[in-house]
Amino acid sequence: MEAKFFGAGLPTCDVSNLPGHLIVVEGADGVGRSTHIELLQGWLEGHGFAVATTGLVRSALTSKGIELAKEGHNFDRITMALFYATDLADRIENEIIPALRSGFVVLADRYIFTTIARGAVRGIEASWLAGVYGFALAPERTFFLRLDSDLLIQRTLRRGGELDYWESGRDIGLAPDLYTSFRKYQTLILKEFDRMAEPYGFSTIDASHSVQDVQAELRRELAGMLDPSLLAPLGNATD
Amino acid sequence: MPIREPHVYPGRLIVVEGIDGSGKSTQLNLLKTFLESEGYDVSFTEWNSSPLVKDTTKRGKKKNLFTPTTFSLIHATDFADRHERSILPPLEAGFIVLADRWAYTAFARDAVRGCDPAWLRNLYDFATRPDLALYFRVDIDTSVARIMGGRMQLKYHEAGMDLGLSPDPIQSFRLFQSKVIAEYDRIGDEFGLTVLDAQRSVVEQQREVRRLVRPLLKGLRRTHVARPTPTTVRSPVEA
Repeated sequence: MEAKFFGAGLPTCDVSNLPGHLIVVEGADGVGRSTHIELLQGWLEGHGFAVATTGLVRSALTSKGIELAKEGHNFDRITMALFYATDLADRIENEIIPALRSGFVVLADRYIFTTIARGAVRGIEASWLAGVYGFALAPERTFFLRLDSDLLIQRTLRRGGELDYWESGRDIGLAPDLYTSFRKYQTLILKEFDRMAEPYGFSTIDASHSVQDVQAELRRELAGMLDPSLLAPLGNATD
Repeated sequence: MPIREPHVYPGRLIVVEGIDGSGKSTQLNLLKTFLESEGYDVSFTEWNSSPLVKDTTKRGKKKNLFTPTTFSLIHATDFADRHERSILPPLEAGFIVLADRWAYTAFARDAVRGCDPAWLRNLYDFATRPDLALYFRVDIDTSVARIMGGRMQLKYHEAGMDLGLSPDPIQSFRLFQSKVIAEYDRIGDEFGLTVLDAQRSVVEQQREVRRLVRPLLKGLRRTHVARPTPTTVRSPVEA
């Protein structure tokens, strides 16, 4: 892929030859991001593509620090936004770019958009945070798995999951109870994603459809981009 | 853009800048003692000291994980945490906040490491503009002589060893910090830093510091009437 950055890019980092592809999957907790990434990985590897995955807070540098900070009660919004930015920068330089250089398809479970949305809901100017992310490599494709907050709640609870403290925006006091807080918070987050969809060129996918249907759509899109022969029968959507 | 606009808090923000060996910390400590003895509420903060980020910085340095971008971002995260927790509250409560290094340190050092100057200015846009920013300017020979003559040891990043300018720490320090001085000179004009000649004696510099600080004290609350300070010579008759 051609290396394009959202801003000034990275000093001292060679991006002249990146034969791989950076694909981002965005969306709220519970829309099925990790399921779809796993299915895509199996499918691509089955066709002989080398695949690497990455996701928020998985960097060697910051993952411990961020987890610890989230346990405390003093995680300010700007500090949080910058800590997550550090995490992404570390992964871009030490994981994503090396993988792209080796020709991997990199599937990123969330990218800058989740943290921009979270910041915006907490009163951080989106343009400021987008400027901070000027170091970030622009993905070749961003799939946005879109689901409204009522369906999101149903899906999470049906699976026996609990509504997460941060994913419910409990730190910003939107409502006294968890359910209302989650619903309000996710609605605000969704609004931010919708706002970014056009300027950042998201491919928006309706995540209320079945896993099979969503996966089939992802595969069609990726095949069109990577290699049309990927759609030749070699298994079905849930293998 | 807070960093370019006067703040609205009842307190005062005084910061010191300069390369290692400029004597800025010594001067700030003397100022702190003086202001406390005069009965002012004083709060102190220094660069790279947030407990939230400490372990991450330590891990990064120990395992040599940093790139110019992540090194810059982790310091901004550290700054944001201190800004929110230990700088804004005392400023809002009418304290004098003394800061050893401010965003200008990042503008100077990180630019030398190759980070984009406009990106850096956006990164620290949330930082409060100081009421007084003192830049202790020394030439590189004085700085090296002070560091070599004292107990100080050259640290890896302070010597700019990560830039590979020279395998010899002292030579690397000279080359790196000379570039930092050139950046500081540019920043001084841009942000209106007050330049002090830090080649002079400690006493001479401290007198000038107090002369510069005094006009800022007007109207500030004092907890008690001034006690004589160690630098005030009193005759036995007065006592």
